[in-house]
This record gives sequence, C-alpha cells and structure tokens, in this order.
Amino acid sequence: MSTAPRARPEPVQVVKQRRDAALRALVAGVPYIQFLGIAFDRRGDELTAVLPFDEKLIGNPMLPALHGGVTAAFLETTAIIELSWTLLWDEMEAGRIDSARLDPLHLPRLPKTIDFTVDYLRSGLPRDAYARARVNRSGRRYASVHVEAWQDNRSRLFAQATGHFLMPARDE
Amino acid sequence: MALEQEEGATGMDEQGKMAIARQFIEAIPHSRALNMVLDEIGEGLAAISMPYDLRLVGDPQTGVIHGGAVSALMDTCCGAAVMSHPGSPAGTATIDLRIDYMRAATPGQRIRARATCHHITRSVAFVRASAHDDNDALPVATATGTFTVQTTGERMA
Repeated sequence: MSTAPRARPEPVQVVKQRRDAALRALVAGVPYIQFLGIAFDRRGDELTAVLPFDEKLIGNPMLPALHGGVTAAFLETTAIIELSWTLLWDEMEAGRIDSARLDPLHLPRLPKTIDFTVDYLRSGLPRDAYARARVNRSGRRYASVHVEAWQDNRSRLFAQATGHFLMPARDE
Repeated sequence: MALEQEEGATGMDEQGKMAIARQFIEAIPHSRALNMVLDEIGEGLAAISMPYDLRLVGDPQTGVIHGGAVSALMDTCCGAAVMSHPGSPAGTATIDLRIDYMRAATPGQRIRARATCHHITRSVAFVRASAHDDNDALPVATATGTFTVQTTGERMA
C-alpha cells in the first residue's frame, strides 16, 4: 500500500457551506425566481429545481392547469441556473472564487438566452413541479441545454425544452 | 397555455367579442399576476401587453425582465390569437413554442406582444408572434408555435 500522506479532505461542513452559499447567491438575487417561488435542491453538483404550486401559476382556471408561460419560465430558469452553476462549480472548487463573498451583485455574469423551445407533453397539474437540466454542450461562446420537467412521476414528463445560450464574456 | 371558450361565445359583434376576450384573458390567474392587458383582438390576431415590473427582473445587475416572463406573455398572446380565429376552436393548448430573444427589453418600458394565427387545420393551429418595448423598429423577441384545436365538448387528454 502507498504510504505517501494524502492531503486531508476538507471537513464536510466547509464543503457544504461553500457550495450552498454559491447556489444561494445565484438564485436569491433574481427577483423573478423568487416571484415564481422556484427553489433548488442540491445533491453534490446535481440540481433539481422545485416549483411549489401556487394559485397565481394557474393558466386555465377551469381544468385547472399550470400556465404554459409558467412552465416555459420554470424550464428556462432551470436551464440558466444549471449552466451558471456548471460554470461556477470549477471556479469554486478550485478556490478561484470565494463563495462566502458572493452576493447577487458580485456574481459572474449570467449566460443569455438565444432561443428556447418548449414541448408541452401534457397539461401541468395544480401541484408541485420538478425539473432537471443537462448541459449538452458548453463552449467558449455558446451552450446547448436540455431540460425535463415532471410532477408525480419522474418518467412521465409534462414538458421538456432545449435552449441555446450565449456565454458571458470572460475577462482575461 | 390551455384556453377554452364558454358555450355560446361565438357569433358576437366585434365589441362583444373584445369584451369577452378581455374578461377571459384578464381572468387567468397568472395573466393577472403579470398585469397583462388585452389591447386588440381580431380574426386570428391578438395583442397583449404587460407593464415593466420589478418582480419580473431576471438580471439584478441590469434590471432587465426575465425571458420567462416574456415567454408567458407570448404564450398567452398566441393562445388568444388561436381562440380568435374564424375557425373558432372551442379550446386550445400549446403543443410547442419557440422563442428567439433578439435583445434585452429596455428596463422601465411596457412589453407588447402581437400574435397571428396564420394557418389552422382541423387539429393544429400555427402561430407567429413578436414582442416589442418602446422601440418599434427592433423586436425584443419573436416566437413561433403550434397549438391544438379542440372542438366543443373535447378537452385535451
């Protein structure tokens, strides 16, 4: 067995604090995310967006169903946060940014949506919704992100979307 | 977006149609939360606008409205255009909606969307839309979408 001493791993609380602070800075500063009530669950680097049901999210009072625009906004928000989070992660873990000093006004610039296409697969029920995004390509200038949203069953999506994003200019 | 028409809402004069459509749009909880107003309704055409609102800001550093809020406006406007088509569907729901974001909407300005249902078949309605702020020359965003066409008594499964 190797005997070379390994660097002591960081205490778990330090790691969690750093990651949660960075995520909070990313999400808490955006008024529209707060307006819709979207929260993000984090497991390691994996994010799940949660949209708790609220009356003001209704688009069709007769069914009732979530507003298609809410669904689109939920998916787009999930995509942007996932992409920003991916960009932030390496910087944060390498210690190049101090997440304790991150706040909404001192964040790296966010990616900008170029286009966003939503597939409505079934109507959104009046209950909580969840979404996860996957960055399929992340280049220096452009990124392509896919998002899936579901309610009761992970395998029964009620909407999915693909978007293209313009990456923030890097100050080098 | 899923919309349905009340029984007997067809065959009205223009003013009656406008009043019904306005009530209809403004009764949708989310449209009301965003303070959307129906500005115009015609045959397969709708114009809906919403005021600049600090709650809808997507970028706190610039004060620009979040793309998602523009999507909500576009989706509502497209649905209204489908419902106002002379083919008079009893209901409609979005199948697919693509939005291209041309530029950031200027903070402080009202966003106005305009949608046209340019083709309708027995089952599908095709819609184009654009959104503007005070600069009429350059849209903030454009959209293309397809919507279901529901006949009376039928609802989206």
